[in-house]
Amino acid sequence: MTSATAPTASVTTADAPTVLAPAERAIQTIGGDLTEKSLRLHLEGLPGVDAVGLEARAAGLGTRSIKTSSKAWALDTIIRMIDLTTLEGADTPGKVRSLVAKALTPDATDPTTPRVAAVCVYGDMVPDAVRALGAAHSAGRDDGVNVAAVATAFPSGRASLAVKLADTREAVAAGADEIDMVIDRGAFLSGRVGLVFDQIVAVKEACRRADGSYAHLKVILETGELNTYDNVRRASWLAILAGGDFIKTSTGKVAPAATLPVTLLMLEVVRDWYRLTGERIGVKPAGGIRTSKDAIKYLVTVAETAGEEWLTPSLFRFGASSLLNDVLLQRQKLTTGHYSGPDYVTVD
Amino acid sequence: MTAPDRFLDYAPAPESTSILHLRDSYGLFIDGEFTEGHGTPFATISPATEKHIAQVANANAHDVDLAVAAARRAYERSWSRMSGADRGKYLFRIARLVQERARELAVAESLDNGKPIKESRDVDVPLVAAWFFYYAGWADKLDYAGLGANPRALGVAAQVIPWNFPLLMLAWKIAPALAAGNTVVIKPAETTPLSALIFAEILQQAELPAGVVNIVTGAGDTGAALVNHTDVDKVAFTGSTAVGRAIARSTAGTGKKLTLELGGKAANIVFDDAPLDQAIEGIVNGIFFNQGHVCCAGSRLLVQENIHDEVVDRLKARLSTLRLGDPLDKNTDIGAINSREQLERIRRLSDVGEAEGAERWTAPCAIPEAGFWFAPTIFTGVTTSSTIAREEIFGPVLSVLTFRTPAEAIAKANNTPYGLSAGIWSDKGSRILAVADSLRAGVIWANTFNRFDPASPFGGYKESGYGREGGRHGLAAYLASAPLEPARVAAPTARKQLKK
Repeated sequence: MTSATAPTASVTTADAPTVLAPAERAIQTIGGDLTEKSLRLHLEGLPGVDAVGLEARAAGLGTRSIKTSSKAWALDTIIRMIDLTTLEGADTPGKVRSLVAKALTPDATDPTTPRVAAVCVYGDMVPDAVRALGAAHSAGRDDGVNVAAVATAFPSGRASLAVKLADTREAVAAGADEIDMVIDRGAFLSGRVGLVFDQIVAVKEACRRADGSYAHLKVILETGELNTYDNVRRASWLAILAGGDFIKTSTGKVAPAATLPVTLLMLEVVRDWYRLTGERIGVKPAGGIRTSKDAIKYLVTVAETAGEEWLTPSLFRFGASSLLNDVLLQRQKLTTGHYSGPDYVTVD
Repeated sequence: MTAPDRFLDYAPAPESTSILHLRDSYGLFIDGEFTEGHGTPFATISPATEKHIAQVANANAHDVDLAVAAARRAYERSWSRMSGADRGKYLFRIARLVQERARELAVAESLDNGKPIKESRDVDVPLVAAWFFYYAGWADKLDYAGLGANPRALGVAAQVIPWNFPLLMLAWKIAPALAAGNTVVIKPAETTPLSALIFAEILQQAELPAGVVNIVTGAGDTGAALVNHTDVDKVAFTGSTAVGRAIARSTAGTGKKLTLELGGKAANIVFDDAPLDQAIEGIVNGIFFNQGHVCCAGSRLLVQENIHDEVVDRLKARLSTLRLGDPLDKNTDIGAINSREQLERIRRLSDVGEAEGAERWTAPCAIPEAGFWFAPTIFTGVTTSSTIAREEIFGPVLSVLTFRTPAEAIAKANNTPYGLSAGIWSDKGSRILAVADSLRAGVIWANTFNRFDPASPFGGYKESGYGREGGRHGLAAYLASAPLEPARVAAPTARKQLKK
């Protein structure tokens, strides 16, 4: 994964540079004459990633030993950062209601258990999720639980832009607070970074509500398909330039999904973006994080890379389903001093 | 549950010392038994707390005599007569026992030396086991060590090791010596004898024949008596260049074979196309690993001038996340300085650096009241003529210099009396190879730093010493070619005739 090869297939003709959508961040960072070429030069100018060194650093962060009061705080923070997710072809209104109930009351035996950040569903299930949340739906407030919808022909992203935008608009109109979009990995890998960029800008615009506010946009890179760390860094940077509020590792439908090295790398990108602009972008690892022990490693990585300011649901999320129950078991263990078992937490 | 003020102030996670079963006092390990020394015993303390750990015997010249005599007897009666395969079995057994008692050894090492438990646990002790496993495999394959068929052992090896990696340096010395068929008298450093004495218990557990390894504790006079002993065939020393020079002088003309692994002032060269985040980690690992008590530490950072400010800014941000404190806490990154004497040397050289006009920056961290501590420190604006760019500080102090072109980087990197190691950071493979080719240093790391492997030879140019440890080359230090026999001289002719 060390190779610095960029997707550089020539798709623009020299005499007719592709002019890109005028996204504000990109113009301020790259300059007013925003073209596919200037974008590509910018992305290729980013420092390379040494795979061995990155993985060694991630492994080192994974050896932190989080105990007692720190562990208790970490477990509660993890719960507050979870996007409790169901993304199955078999999803039904009943399943979504069950998921929402779990999101609102993760552990009925302990009312001090915090709520999760959001429930994450397919776009057509948004009305069911909103209805099930009722008054607990945050809908722009700080308390309550958000509804996140995957959109843009999730998980493959293989559909026309019109379909992707309709998918997004429909979810926003139904009350989704957050949109988890996928980038066109095929376009990225074949060097059409301008196309990927323009689509993110367009989806961001489709997140605009009637009142002028925007649903939060999480941009899924599907790092398992981008394959190299250099690609992950460039795609992260591209997603931020195009206006993403969050960069997210994976759909959960492709292996490998989230890994600690990839998340570390994306945290380095948002840290660098903050150094450059003073603006904080969120990061969401999704898929494959199943245990409290793993999730705590992610918190350590966030704190020691981007900083403690990122340890908040508005800047860091876990896309997960089975993680919550493991955290609840660990939480019960800290409270009662003994381990219970899987039948002492609820299936959702 | 009350939340910590900051998540990064991780709650204490100390490794328990209950696994250690220390004695109040330790004798010398001679001829397979612990015996009283004839010198005045000394105390070993924990540098993190200055608390007493144990009383340790002090070997005088008479004790050294006894140890060398035991080693000689063991060499003649058992070890040199044993087959390589059988020697290998003992070494494998030692390696496995090191793994079995890894936690105990790691705790002892951190307690006595002051290094963070995460390093003794994840680096030192696993490497110790790896070294014994590696050389165990060589014991019956010495014909392939590069010295021709039937190379012979030298006899009794006198070995003197430093305090920075007490147990690892012991393994580097003992494992190849025993594999090659020598017997050993080894002297650990006086501030860090503890892990060597636990290792002596492991040798008893492994039922290594008595006298094959003898451990004599003491200070410089014990070491001098050992290396100057007339019945010693081989001297191996790791430590300061000054002492190495004295040993070279005293062993000259005695016929003793000598290897020296001495100081260093390694250049860590960062080009502007480096993978920057990993380079920052490498710089940190290069100079702040083991509190900078590393002879191959990357103590001179040579950074390309156009990225100097960015690298220094990022480095400062990264150093601010390092945790200094209790070496036995699993989250400690920077432990204690090994001794008051060493702390004073670091302070003195840092003050000289400041007086000579370099700009000093120290990571913000609370320093414990007891014990010996020095916060990670960076000097910028250092020039090649600065004292802190010339002298080995052997502490958590980094001197930052700049360069403009690869040629200048090479010239500055080589402009030192030392030549133990160097690092190169660049995404461009061809540049790494070309620069590495021009650096006069024994070990060169590319896009990494301070990585060790028993299969890789280690050693220096110039005042960093001579001879190599590790790998096949490390065996050559403990072996001599078999004398050429007439039949073997004639062999080529015989082969020619056969071909006809």
